[in-house]
Amino acid sequence: MVLLQLSEPGESPDPHQHRLAVGIDLGTTNSLVATLRHAVPECLPDVDGRVLLPSVVRYHRDASTAVGVDALAAQVADPRNTVASVKRLMGRGLADADAGMRARYDLVDAGGMVRINTVAGLRTPVEVSSEILQVLRQRAEDTLGGEVEGAVITVPAYFDDAQRQATKDAARLAGLNVLRLLNEPTAAAIAYGLDKSAEGIYAVFDLGGGTFDFSVLQLSRGVFEVKATSGDSALGGDDFDEALSNYLQEKARGADLDCGSARALLVEARRVKEALTSHDSVAAEVPMAADGTRQIMVTAEEFHHLTQPLIERTLQPVKKALRDAGLKPSDIQAVVLVGGATRMPHLRRAVEAFFGRPPFIDIDPDKVVAIGAAIQANVLVGNRQEGEDWLLLDVIPLSLGLETMGGLTEKVIPRNSTIPIAKAQDFTTFKDGQTAMAIHVVQGERELVQDCRSLARFELRGIPPMPAGGARIRVTFQVDADGLLSVSAREQTTGVEASIAVKPSYGLSDEEITQMLQAGYQHASTDMHLRALREQCVDAERLLEATRQALNEDAHLLNAAELAHVEQNMTALQALVQSADTAAIKAGVDALSAATGEFAARRMDQAIRKALTGNRVDNLPI
Amino acid sequence: MQEYYSLFGLPERFAVDVAKLDTAYRQVQAQVHPDKFAHRPETERRIAMQWATLANEAHRVLRNPLPRARYLLERRGVDVEAERNTSMSPAFLMQQIEWRESVDDSREDAEALQRLGKDLERDERVMLDDVRRALDEEPDLQAAAELVRRLMFMEKLRHEIDDALIQLDSH
Repeated sequence: MVLLQLSEPGESPDPHQHRLAVGIDLGTTNSLVATLRHAVPECLPDVDGRVLLPSVVRYHRDASTAVGVDALAAQVADPRNTVASVKRLMGRGLADADAGMRARYDLVDAGGMVRINTVAGLRTPVEVSSEILQVLRQRAEDTLGGEVEGAVITVPAYFDDAQRQATKDAARLAGLNVLRLLNEPTAAAIAYGLDKSAEGIYAVFDLGGGTFDFSVLQLSRGVFEVKATSGDSALGGDDFDEALSNYLQEKARGADLDCGSARALLVEARRVKEALTSHDSVAAEVPMAADGTRQIMVTAEEFHHLTQPLIERTLQPVKKALRDAGLKPSDIQAVVLVGGATRMPHLRRAVEAFFGRPPFIDIDPDKVVAIGAAIQANVLVGNRQEGEDWLLLDVIPLSLGLETMGGLTEKVIPRNSTIPIAKAQDFTTFKDGQTAMAIHVVQGERELVQDCRSLARFELRGIPPMPAGGARIRVTFQVDADGLLSVSAREQTTGVEASIAVKPSYGLSDEEITQMLQAGYQHASTDMHLRALREQCVDAERLLEATRQALNEDAHLLNAAELAHVEQNMTALQALVQSADTAAIKAGVDALSAATGEFAARRMDQAIRKALTGNRVDNLPI
Repeated sequence: MQEYYSLFGLPERFAVDVAKLDTAYRQVQAQVHPDKFAHRPETERRIAMQWATLANEAHRVLRNPLPRARYLLERRGVDVEAERNTSMSPAFLMQQIEWRESVDDSREDAEALQRLGKDLERDERVMLDDVRRALDEEPDLQAAAELVRRLMFMEKLRHEIDDALIQLDSH
């Protein structure tokens, strides 16, 4: 499929400068990896020509794993150790896991994120996801014949901070350099928008295996601006399977199914659901505990009636996003359908009825997200070419708030704010000599803290002792372009930086990630120190190259002394790169970074000034 | 800190050409957005995030009349002190009570709620024009601040009406 031609013949970049970057759609049911080859985005197949990698991981006793088709085939025989739909557990505690996931796996409450008890030991959802990502990374490197420099990983737009962080951690564990977490509907809009040079207001209706997203975007002259997003991060095609599976079990009046046949019934329910897309009725083979199987006919009408409540559940977030964007259904120029579950005919009819127009389905709903991610990855890694200057402005899906007296939330950053965004809030001490203070950050729209997601508890320490109410601590909440939150704090009267200890409510600590990384290296018998050294050297080389380039363009922004200072640090770092001393190289990188901070700020200033001057010239009356 | 109007090359006035503001905002983001620096060194990525954050905040404030009025008043040394200073005229306080009662009486009546919302919106438009005059034409900062405080109340009330309508809609 030729989706779009981004470069003219002869304009293609120097092959030596082309950096390998991939887009990865880490889905509930299937995952994909895509890249730009000869300026055309394509999904990469495995050796057997399959593009979709089933998001299923099977653990063996010796801690080795099978991922994808092989694992999928084993799920009925070895249901407990074969993990499917792990995305539903990312950044989630045991109490959040739905009944289906609880019944299928031996889930363990470890405080914070839930663990899955397998024959190979306890596994976090982050580790399971990282197994899938590693397979995709390997596939890309084998196909492209080189190391992947960076990846864009897609996440449901409605993922909260904990779910995003968990996804980023999984990528880190898989050895991927994450260029950006990209919202799935936005990725689809990139693929569509660039393909069709679309202009106007578009909606993306994305029903995947386990998550539902709805986004409204304004597309205009190369700017993708998300106006509002909403969704349900626990609603997807899985729920249709589940509903049908329960229905079949009831109809068969079978005794309680054992774990293996329950999984077999779920697999059968999915088959029947998919077959009902193109047939009026399908015979389901329901496994019976005692004797073989029993056939039950399911009509499309029955299935539609049975799952109508799920369809209606998708329309609530749709209405909410339109309200937030201040739009009516008729204001939407086109609705793009994304995700395998949007193949269901009754869902398509519901979407068409709501918007009063048939939805767009011309890019394969399974591939469109990975393709959009690949296009974005190519630009982010620095393979940008003339005419490719589009801009993406995304939003935070859920409001961020703080716990105040009486268990109430105070909103700090409202949902649908364009990211990156920061808000500062001032706090004071209530006791004489108080040197520490706790802040509880939550995400969600409800007024009571208990109805929102707890993200993290921050403990500020090192506040200078003062009388009660004397200290003024300014806490800054920064949400970056990945939609991830960071917090910093400073006492205003003394300027003392308070240190912050973060306890993520459903995330992994840095120590846990490091331990998992080390365990991974032991398993792969790679020397962690060698790898760290190599990464540090790459870092240093990149910084040197970037600095040289900046000096080539803008050395005039520095006076002689400043220039000498930068060059001195460059020479020093250049020498250190040869030293094989990771810590020393890191110190050299930090020193050069510090020496070029002011230079970078001036370059940015100059770029803005130039851009705005252009604007005023354009607008001069003739 | 960078001043919002000069960031976008606009004159510091309450009346803002929204199309020009949007164009300038996109031009600034096209230079500073973190996506342009994803492959650049950490220092540049950090500065890009700070600038993009500033541009988003400046755009949000200037794009919306009430935050814009508050920003202009603050620049001119008037703190609207919305939370504390509730010394509004008795006539407006009476009006507030009336509005509240109307909203409470109409909780089950979508049409009445919509009508109330429309009336409020119309009044707000008239008052915003008064704000513009008090800021741009015949400067009267105290009068502008008083109007802003009233408008903030009205906006809040309108959100309550919207919430009530959503409640009705979802039944």
